[in-house]
Amino acid sequence: MSAIIFRRLLAAIPVLFIIVSLTFVLMHNAPGSPFSTERHIPAPIMAELEKKYHLHGSFWRQYGDYLGDLVHGDLGLSTQYRNRTVNEIIAQSLPVSMVLGSLAYSFALFAGITLGGLAAVRHHKAGDRWLMFAALLGISIPNFVLALLFIRVIAIDLALLPVAGWGSLDQLILPALCLSVPFVASITRLTRGGLLEVLRLDFVRTARAKGLSETAVLFRHALKVAILPVIGYSGPAIAGVLTGSIVVETIFGIPGIGPFFVNSVLNRDPFMTCGVVLVFGLFLILCNLVADILYFVVDRRVTMQ
Amino acid sequence: MKALLSFYLVVRRDPLLSVCAIFLITLIVLAAWGVEHTGYAATQISSASLQEPSRTHWFGTDIFGRDLFTRTLYGARFSLLIAAVATAISLFVGVSYGMISGYVGGRVDNVMMRLIEILYALPTLILVIVLVATLEAPMTQLMQGLGWTAIPPRFVLLFVFIGLTEWLTMARIIRGQVLVLRQQAYIQASFALGQSHLQILWRHLLPNLSGIILVYLTLTLPAVMLDESFLSFLGLGVQAPYASWGTLVSEAAGLINPIHSYWWMLLFPGGLMALTLLALNFLGDGLRDALDPRSCGRQ
Repeated sequence: MSAIIFRRLLAAIPVLFIIVSLTFVLMHNAPGSPFSTERHIPAPIMAELEKKYHLHGSFWRQYGDYLGDLVHGDLGLSTQYRNRTVNEIIAQSLPVSMVLGSLAYSFALFAGITLGGLAAVRHHKAGDRWLMFAALLGISIPNFVLALLFIRVIAIDLALLPVAGWGSLDQLILPALCLSVPFVASITRLTRGGLLEVLRLDFVRTARAKGLSETAVLFRHALKVAILPVIGYSGPAIAGVLTGSIVVETIFGIPGIGPFFVNSVLNRDPFMTCGVVLVFGLFLILCNLVADILYFVVDRRVTMQ
Repeated sequence: MKALLSFYLVVRRDPLLSVCAIFLITLIVLAAWGVEHTGYAATQISSASLQEPSRTHWFGTDIFGRDLFTRTLYGARFSLLIAAVATAISLFVGVSYGMISGYVGGRVDNVMMRLIEILYALPTLILVIVLVATLEAPMTQLMQGLGWTAIPPRFVLLFVFIGLTEWLTMARIIRGQVLVLRQQAYIQASFALGQSHLQILWRHLLPNLSGIILVYLTLTLPAVMLDESFLSFLGLGVQAPYASWGTLVSEAAGLINPIHSYWWMLLFPGGLMALTLLALNFLGDGLRDALDPRSCGRQ
């Protein structure tokens, strides 16, 4: 087991290398330059700028310089937020997003699995159809509409929670809730779908025949098999939610990493983009590894190679 | 074929499903042929801006005085098209990729899954920017050469982009299910009885995967429509005067303010989108019942 994990972690290095290289190539080929402004910049100043940010010379020279820096753990300088290193920006913003994201996803898992279980038990009844309707709304309503609605109703009309900001616990609730809604909806549907497949199987009948309560059958026996799609879905989803959301973080004024994913690309900030992509890739690989291990732990019929 | 027939029977028997099917067929017909027959041009700007729904403008008008009923139908064209493309790709590429990866296992599985991670981690935005910047001009030339002027080349690029990204999670989920299923006794039995791998994949694994495939497809559809509206918002997707439900809803959301509520601009495109997704969802459930090897129709 530990050998497999070790091998997977080793395989992460080439994967990350390919991800960063492809991003670098894409950024290099995107139209526009990080230094283009309305004003004309004289050639000597441009040359100095490019030199300072390690963006001078041929593509291979720039790429080689960047890889050299990366090996030393230096993610480079941001061209947009002048004089700040990418390391510094990520170190400040990533923990914020991780706190918010982990809170949101824990809630989503709890609520989604519970609601999915309830819906599966009430299959083809009104309760199931209403829950599925609500879940569908949760997936289809765009996040920005939902956030504005929450602020309007909960923060302004009812004045229960602060409108925006970061730092205290009550400021955490509304954005976390908002972030979790689409995930709650997806997990509910996946859990329900998985359970509907499983609840007809022989081992569930056996468990019922043994006289176990319906809750015990559902949560101790059926769910263990039915949960596999949720695990598969959660790998990429957790990687995404821990690295922030531009919409929620912008609306609620949270200093997280989410906006950098979009803004760094729009600003043609090559090192910032590569930096956040590297962070996301790392999370993705780790989360998928954990998901694969969980497949094995939850369902022993899965073999690990 | 048998599955389709049994699906038809399931739909016939259930009034809710019949309503869903009729609704979707009407919508497709209206989107395909109705846009030209509403009495307004979808892109025609007029001075009657932001009018409430009335007898002349059934859904009201938008900020440029365009008839919202016409524009909603016009947007349906693109939204339904992109939903169909995404579903097809997710179904064919995602499902077969995941099944092969999980069934073959070992080193092949490892490489295939790492490839998914690479594709998933690449930032979509920069991918779209570079795709549009490098391919828009040649694509325009190519499409003009072929005489396709009805669809703007950028839409085709959006389809390419969705094709690249939309099947990834589906493949991972399917692969996870196959890892479990391939250990079951009946798979080993059919292999021992001399069935080829292809037959096992097609005849034994696929029917058992149909439930989860349909569930995840119904999750993909709204996600695609939202992705499209986000890209359009950034100026990389559907551009005015073209429209999709996603762009109509985000246009309306931009107009929300405390003084005036232009409710019709949000309600009609958003409501139609919600109804469509709902209908597809219920039909998906019906199809699941029809396809499921263990149930005979609806109980």
